[in-house]
This record gives sequence, structure tokens and C-alpha cells, in this order.
Amino acid sequence: MAVTASPERDIVATPVQRATREALYAGAIVLGLFVLFIGLKTDQNISNELILVQRWWLLFAVVVLTMVGRFVYIAHGQPFLAKQKIADIATGLLPDTVATRFFRLPYFIAAIAIVAVLALLAGSLDALLGPGLAGYARFARALAIIYALASVLFYFRSFIHAHFSALGIAALATYPVIVVLVLALYSGSMAGGFQGSLKWIDNFGIQILIYVMLAWGLNIVVGLAGLLDLGYVAFYAVGAYAYALLGTQYGLSFWILLPAAGAMAAFWGVMLGFPVLRLRGDYLAIVTLAFGEIIRLVIINWREVTNGSAGISGIPKVSFFGLMSFNVSDPNYIAKVLDIAQSGAYYKIFLYYLILGLCLLTAFVTIRLRRMPVGRAWEALREDEIACRSLGINTTTTKLTAFATGAMFGGFAGSFFAARQGFVSPESFIFLESAIILAIVVLGGMGSLVGIAVAAMVMIGGTEALRELDFLKQVFGPDFTPELYRMLLFGMAMVIVMVWKPRGFVGSREPTAFLKERRAVSGSFTKEGHG
Amino acid sequence: MSDASPSMNEAILQVEHLSMKFGGLVAIGDLSFQARRGEITALIGPNGAGKTTVFNCITGFYKPSEGMLTLNRRDGSSYLLERLPNHEIPARAKVARTFQNIRLFSGMTLLENLLVAQHNKLMKASGYTVLGLFGFSGYRTASAESIDLARHWLEKANLVDRADDPAGDLPYGAQRRLEIARAMCTGPELLCLDEPAAGLNPKESMALNELLMDIKDNTGTSILLIEHDMAVVMQISDHVVVLEYGRKISDGSPQAVRTDPRVIAAYLGVEDEEVETVLTEVGDEDVIEQLDTGPDSAHGPGTSSSYLAGPVTDTVGHSEGERVTVSRGASKAGQVDARSSAAAKPASPTKAKPKAKPAGAKSSAAKPTTKAATKSKTPGVTNRRGGRK
Amino acid sequence: MQYFVQQLINGLTLGSIYGLIAIGYTMVYGIIGMINFAHGDIFMIGAFTALIVFLILGALFYSVPVVIALLVMMIVAMLLTSLYNWTIEKVAYRPLRGSFRLAPLITAIGMSIALSNFVQVTQGPRNKPIPPMVSKVYNIEGISVSLKQIIIVVVTALLLALFWYLVNRTSLGRAQRACEQDRKMAALLGIDVDRTISITFVMGAALAAVAGTLFLMYYGVIAFSDGFTPGVKAFTAAVLGGIGSLPGAVLGGLMIGFIESMWSAYFSIDYKDVAAFSILAIVLIFLPSGILGRPEVEKV
Repeated sequence: MAVTASPERDIVATPVQRATREALYAGAIVLGLFVLFIGLKTDQNISNELILVQRWWLLFAVVVLTMVGRFVYIAHGQPFLAKQKIADIATGLLPDTVATRFFRLPYFIAAIAIVAVLALLAGSLDALLGPGLAGYARFARALAIIYALASVLFYFRSFIHAHFSALGIAALATYPVIVVLVLALYSGSMAGGFQGSLKWIDNFGIQILIYVMLAWGLNIVVGLAGLLDLGYVAFYAVGAYAYALLGTQYGLSFWILLPAAGAMAAFWGVMLGFPVLRLRGDYLAIVTLAFGEIIRLVIINWREVTNGSAGISGIPKVSFFGLMSFNVSDPNYIAKVLDIAQSGAYYKIFLYYLILGLCLLTAFVTIRLRRMPVGRAWEALREDEIACRSLGINTTTTKLTAFATGAMFGGFAGSFFAARQGFVSPESFIFLESAIILAIVVLGGMGSLVGIAVAAMVMIGGTEALRELDFLKQVFGPDFTPELYRMLLFGMAMVIVMVWKPRGFVGSREPTAFLKERRAVSGSFTKEGHG
Repeated sequence: MSDASPSMNEAILQVEHLSMKFGGLVAIGDLSFQARRGEITALIGPNGAGKTTVFNCITGFYKPSEGMLTLNRRDGSSYLLERLPNHEIPARAKVARTFQNIRLFSGMTLLENLLVAQHNKLMKASGYTVLGLFGFSGYRTASAESIDLARHWLEKANLVDRADDPAGDLPYGAQRRLEIARAMCTGPELLCLDEPAAGLNPKESMALNELLMDIKDNTGTSILLIEHDMAVVMQISDHVVVLEYGRKISDGSPQAVRTDPRVIAAYLGVEDEEVETVLTEVGDEDVIEQLDTGPDSAHGPGTSSSYLAGPVTDTVGHSEGERVTVSRGASKAGQVDARSSAAAKPASPTKAKPKAKPAGAKSSAAKPTTKAATKSKTPGVTNRRGGRK
Repeated sequence: MQYFVQQLINGLTLGSIYGLIAIGYTMVYGIIGMINFAHGDIFMIGAFTALIVFLILGALFYSVPVVIALLVMMIVAMLLTSLYNWTIEKVAYRPLRGSFRLAPLITAIGMSIALSNFVQVTQGPRNKPIPPMVSKVYNIEGISVSLKQIIIVVVTALLLALFWYLVNRTSLGRAQRACEQDRKMAALLGIDVDRTISITFVMGAALAAVAGTLFLMYYGVIAFSDGFTPGVKAFTAAVLGGIGSLPGAVLGGLMIGFIESMWSAYFSIDYKDVAAFSILAIVLIFLPSGILGRPEVEKV
């Protein structure tokens, strides 16, 4: 029985022995991986030649940290998790035990106290503690705020769970108001509130909502119809350039061009859809990817029309339905009409509500379509194309409508993007964008609008938040730029979340019709399509 | 398209000179039969006889190499099925089918499965989505009606309690019934069932029989079924067509078929010499020839791209259970195998159901000296290149 | 005619590099049915490793013969790049094997983003130029063939021969082909599937590392973002040839190489990638499984 040798060894080995072994393995692997990349750095010297800079201490630190981490995980983390699992099963308090231990009233009160004290001292922190410690204090305050908010959410979790969509929409609708009011209180003046809100509304609000809309649009193609589209950004580009070109050349208004851009993107969706309908799975994926790249390359190279890599600037702003304008020079500038102080924030707030409206439109149409024959046919197509054909469903037109509908929302989002930026260039429509949108759809849970919105918030909001982590400069020195690590962490987060939840945040599927009661369908039954 | 002589309309489906070739392999050779309106017609035959291929031709998944498939609808119109696109066969000619390896929308609830089946009707009612999107009342009533129809069929299939469960969650027998209910929701005139009783226990089999008889008696839908379970076939079918090697070897009432010597030969096997005789009697020389030539390498999975290697499998995989086996050794070896079992048991065509494929592989390996095995191209999946070393 | 032959040679060189990368895509696809999107970045890691080894050699020795330098670069790059791919498979793909089909695709994209940004963070975002290693150019009847090109084609041919032998004549290759056909059955017959898959990733990475070294030698420059374009081209090549088929990958790589060099020579250099992608789309419309791909049998 030579085969049983290795399991026996595992049983005999104590956790510490095993952990030591695993830590050594991990250390060796990490050393191998990073010896050239972290241990050495290629750099240019004054005469522009490449030289190597040695960083052995950094390499040493990384290796040691990995080994310690691995050791702690094997020796303590794994047994703890296993024990926790047994405890959960034994006590019947299944998933809550860790969380209930983490969120406790005394901790909550402590967090509130920390926030209160630090908020009171906000002005004099630097003087009291010096800039270095003040950075840590601000970080502690941020953590305390997050903990307190999380506690509140945890306390009301069943209520939130039951009314998630309504609460979410209410929160999104009041978000700019809350931001402006909080910042106004903080800075002591309304104008200050508006000025400070720019970043929060633009970088977090609008940015996330654009991705929510794109992901919801792609969800129709990938999540519902099960067609893997790696070139979705092409439709985004079509929408953006449609608005940029027609808006700058002919001076047409956003409100005419929005539907036009959507129609144009839908047209391109059909144009792409036609030839590739016969393709399956990964062949479809590569052709859509190729299509996305073709569109981008044409935009770069067709300089007479698109101005190439330089892009198009001076794209007109959106007007308030033609009634008020957001250009300071116009006679009907919003501040003049309403007789209020000038601020760039009005436009951002308007854009926020505009993209929120577009998102809700997308969600509404998606929900509506899912309950109609065409939406059901999409999902059926994802589940089994051959069965669809045996039931008389024209799979060609069904796929085309999915492509066109998804593309249309991409086009809407594109024209909004052009209006918001005032500038478009091919840089914004690289494959990475398609990949991010697809990642959001899959991470959120294919087909689930709520899951996708949460995924967009976590992934886009999380990477945006990295821009704000200035305190890290206190830790790692002034040369440290957290922004550089943004995409590295984004990529790693994609891997970690996917391994943790392969079906995405919301793995279950909401049925579109029911006889007695609506019960979510577990993700293990749904298929992902092979198209 | 319409020739409405009453005698013609007796037959809901006329298969005339149907041939289906996969490269050099003749899966069906010059097959003609009729399925009469309001009857249950059974299509039986040993594994690999080409039954599923006939189904795939009728329902448009394969385009037949030759032949004519005429479907006469109740309203007098007739359709040439081989000319209709795949999805129009259920939509216009009203032919519905089920699959041997069940194809449900497993992530959708039972109710949704049945609603998808009513797609075309609902599409029209929703004004091709546009009107429905804006909530016109026409769609709402149509939607309510479709749910009623779905409920009706769920009740018939005895599944109404599980209407809101995912289809993938059902036990096997219930999945089979659901697939039939789904096919019925398309409002078919001809229902094609591919081995509906496969894998069912006797109780489920009984329930299935009742469902089929109910469909036949109450909806006027004609049924064409492939079945290995002779209990089901003999009990419910009005007419039986027997295939072997893609040829019809018998056709008639269940009673007539079960006593037909050719059917017994096909099912139970006879001496090797006799097989040739029997096949020759039936007029199958060219089939024998065709089978000896082996598969066309330009077709089917013969052109495997398994790395740099050559062909890997010698079977045309067109469904998981059923394979058109290229080597005649398989079938004959099956007969050899069946012969020994036939010696133990008195011959009774209703009971003996030799599984040719696994038996063939086994006996050709076990008895390398028999004529059958030496002639055979090793059946099943063998990586020839890999084994050459 | 001379011009044409010249372009043919350029195309062959380019196509060799694409072919080497494409094999990695196609092997992984064949064995576990996933698109390893990170493979382009594995190629970039290979090229970067070669660059660093080149600099180390330059720093340690006064002069090293080119052949030895290239050989050392290639071997170190193959080893380290294989370690990368091996680790990635273990960390990001293995836990998801047998789950949802799109999950490993997303982790692969995540890994691709992480790898290129890892190199950006650790090595800086700028282009890294090296002095030309091989500069000899032969002139044969007006056609100039550089030694670099000859090295690339010869190394590629040697590797392909070795690789063909590995896959077709060794038990390892047989295990790989068995896993490709039916992983469960292979496991039942005593093949260590995990090990076989790991080896597949290692082999793919080794070839990509060679491609990276040759790329560095040929163009003399590498940057953290250079994995994407060759990666997508090689993926295109793999699909064009029929994904899952090794000769297809090489054929597809050569085709993409020829299309690019011919298009830049006779039409417009700006649109060479558009041409490559368009031809891919057109080929797939007529041959939905690529040129040498296994035709998809529609199972009913």
C-alpha cells in the first residue's frame, strides 16, 4: 500500500510542521518569481543606457512576508476556519458567527467615539500630532467611519436584504444631495459644499454609474443570451464618436444625438452579429475582440474624420433639456436663470442624475424584456440552443436582438461619456475596458442587475478609492504613488473574488414568471451558454 | 405546396426514399414509411440503426442527402420538411420533438420552460416586443392565456406542484414528462419522441404511457416515437417501423412485427453466415459494401485535431447514447453475444434488448478468433496513433 | 519579386514568433478548454526576464559570445517564465477547474492585468531598449536576410521539432492527449491530470519565453505593455489555425505574420492589424472552426 504514504504523512505532521513546510515552499516559489523583478530594477542612467539597480532588501522583505503569511494561514488560519465551520454546524448559527463576533455594540460605540473625537480635533490634528501621525489618525478615522457604517448595515441586514433595490435607488437618488450637504456642513458654506462635491459626484458617482450602465448593457448579451462578447467597448466607442462628431460638426443637441447614437450602435451590433452568429464559444469571443480592435484601429488611423489618436475635443455640453445651459458664457446659463452662485458642480450633479436616469432606463428595459417572450428566448438560448430551435424559436433573430439591444445601451453610455468628458480619444476604448466591463458582469453574477451594480461599485469604486489613499505616502515615503498600484490591485481583486465566488456575488436567478411563489433558481442549475 | 387529396391526408407524415449520408457512411438508405394521423407510430431497431438520424431529418437538424419528407397538416396544407429551415418546422409545420438526452432549460423554472415553448405565439401577441414593452393589454391577456396553457400541461404531466422549481432539479422521469409537456405547448400536430421511456422505472413508464395515450386521445396529435422499451412499444403503438443499418426491415402492426423473422434476426442475431443471407434477402448488399469502406476521413470527427495526431474515433457522434457505428463487427459481435444469451433464454423479441455497442467491444476483445472480430475495425474510441508506438 | 521574397522572409520571422506564442494558447485551450488571456503577458515576462539576464551578463562579464548570451537568456527566461505560468495555473485556474466556464476566463484577464501592472510597478513604465545583439545582414541577390531572422526561424523550427516529438512520441504527450480527449477517463486510467495540466502550462510558458527572448533580440526593446498586442495576435493565430490544433497554431501564426508584412508592404502599414483581424473574421465565417480545427459536430 505505497499509495497511502503521503496522506499518512499529512496526518502525522502537526499543523506547525506542515505550516513550516508550506511556508518554505511558498518562500522558494516567491523567491523564484521575484528574484529578477523585485530584486533588480532596470533603470536608465544619464547617458540613457539601461542599468540594474539592486533591491535585495525589498526582495527579502517580500519573501519573508509571504512565508510568514503562509505559515500563519496554515498553522492558525486553516484550523480556525475548520473549527469555525464545525462550530457553525454544531450551533446552527451558520454564516453569522464570525460576523456577529466582529460587529458588537461596544466596538460600535468605541468607533463612534473615535470618529467624534477625531472630528472635533480635525482642524488641529496636524498641530497636535505632527503631519506623520495625523495621517495615521485620519486613516483610523476613516476606518472607524467604515466600521460604524458597516455595523449599522449589519444590524439592519434583513431589512436591507428585503428591500435592497428600493433602498439602493433611494440612496443613489439622494447621493448628490447628501454629499453636498455633508460637505457644506464640513466646510461651513453652501458654495464650499458644491465645490467639494465635484470629486465625489464625478469620480465616484458618475464614473461608477457609467460602468453600471455598460455592464447592464453587456449583461443582456453575456448574462442573458449567453453570447461571449469581448469587444463590447466597440459600441461604447461608436456611441461616443457619434455624439462627438455629429455634435461638433453639425452642432446637434445631445437630446437628438442620444437616441441616434444608440441606434447607430445597435446598427453596428447587427452588422457584427450577422456574420458571427454561426460561431460558437471562443470563436465568437475572438471575433468580437477583433471587431473591437478593428473599430479602435480605424478610429486611430482614419485621421481625416476622427482626428486620430489626438481625439476630438470641444464636444458640446448637455443642456438642461434645452431650457438652461451649463456654459457660463451662454445667456441662459443655469446660475443666471436661477440666480444662484456660479459653480461647475451643477453640471456634474445634472450629469449624475442623467446617467442615473439612463441606468434606470436600462434596468427597466432589461427587467421588462426578461418577462417578455424575447427575453425568455434569450435565456433559453443560453440554456440550450438546440432545444430552442426544436421549439420554433428563430435563434438568428433572437441573437441579433440581443446584440442590438446590448449595443444600443453601450451607444447611449458612449454618447453620455463623450458629453461628460467633452473629449474623446481612442485611448478610452481599449480592450481593457471591455475586459473590465465583462469582469463586472461575471463578478456580479451573470444576469443579476443588483449583483452587477454591486460589483461595479466594489471594483470601480475600490480602484477610485485608491487614488485617495494619500496617507500611504506617510508610510512608504513621498515617492509612493498608490495610483500606480491601482490596476495591479484591480487585477488581483478580479482573481481573488472569482476564486472566492465563481458564480459572482449573486449566483441565483430570479424567475420571470411564477404560478404560486417566486423562488430564486440556484446558480448551479443555470448554464452560461456556449455562444 | 398543397395537394389535399383525402387519402393523402390520412398520412400526417410521409417519408419517401429518405437517405442520409455522412461522407461515405450511409446512416439511412432509401427509407420510406408513413405515419398516420391520430396514431402512435413507433420506430424501433437496434442501436445504431439510424432512428435518431431519421428524427433529426424530420425535425430539420440534418438536411437529408436525398428523399422527401411531406407533412400534411390538418387544415390541408402540406410542407416539405427537408426544405424548411430548422426553426420553421415546429413553427409552421407544427412538428415538435423531444431529445434522447433530455434538453431542458435547466436553469429556468418548469413554468418558464413551457412559456418559452409558446414563444412564437407570444411574440406575435407582444407586437414583436414593441407593444409589450409599453404594456399594451393584448400582450397581458395573451400572457395570461399562455400561463393557463402551461398550467394545463403541467397538470397533465403531474408536475404542477413543482411549477416554480428549476427544471434541472427534477428527477429524471419527471424531466422526461416535462420535455413532452414543453413540446405539447408548441401546439404540435406531430409529436416526435426520442426514447421517452429510456431510464424510467416501471412506475414512471406507466405514467408516461398514460400521458401519451391521453395526448393521442384528447388532442388529436399524432405521435412518432423511438423506443427500446418493447413493453411501451407493444402497449401503445398502433404501427411499428423497424430499422436496421438505416434500412426498413419491417413495417406493420405490433403483432405482425414481433413475429417477423427479419426483426428477430436483427434483434437476436443469427449465425454469421445467416446474417449475410438475411441482409442479402432484405436487399442490403450496398449497405454491406458501404460499411466495409469505413468512414470518410474528410467528414465528422475523423479529422480530429488532437494535437498532431490523426483520427481518434471511428464513430459519428450525433447523440450521446446513439452512435452510428462504422464497423460492422460491432453489430455482429453483438449478435454473437446475444446468441449465447438466446441459448439460455427462449427467443422472445419483446424481452431481448441486446446492447450492441458495449457487447461488441467486449466480445471482439474476448474472442479474437471469430470471424466477426478479426474483420472488425475496433469499435469505440481508440487512439490509433497513440497505440502505434 | 525581390521585394515580395523580402516580405515573405519578414513575414516568416514575425510568424515564427506568433506561432511560438500561439502554441501556448492552443495547448491550454486543448487541455482545459479555457482561453488563457494571461499568456500574452507571460510572453512579456519572458522577454523582460531575458532583458534582465542580458543586463546581468553585461554587468558581470566584459564580453560574452552572442550565442552563449542568447542561450543563457533563453534558458533562464524559460525557467522563470515557466514558474510564473505554473504558479498562475495553481493559484488562479486550478481552484476554478470544472466550475463555471467564464470564471477562469475572468481570472485569466485579471492575471493579465495584474502581471503587466506588476512589471510596470517593479520595473517602471518606460520602454527598455538594449543595444543590438546581432547586427549581421546577408545580401543574397538583392534580398537582405539578417542573422537575427535566421536565428529566429532556426530556433523556432528546432523547438517545433522537439515539441512535436514530446507530444507525439513520449508518454507525457500521450497523457496530454488523453487529458485533452477526456479528463475524467484519463484520471481513471491513472494519469495524474493535475500534473499533466501543470506541465502543459509549463511547456506553453517555455515556448512563450523563447518567443519573448527572440522578440527582444529582434526589436531590441520591450515595455510592460508589450504583452497585449503580440498576445492578441497569437491568440488570433491560434483561432485562425483552429484552436486546439498544434499545427494549426503554427500555420495560423505564419499566416498572421505573412498578412501583416504583406499588407504593410503593399497597402498601408496603419491598417495591417485591421487586415489581420478582418481576415480572421472572414476565415471564421467560412470555416467556423478555423483552418485545421476540429469541425464542431452538432450533437442533437
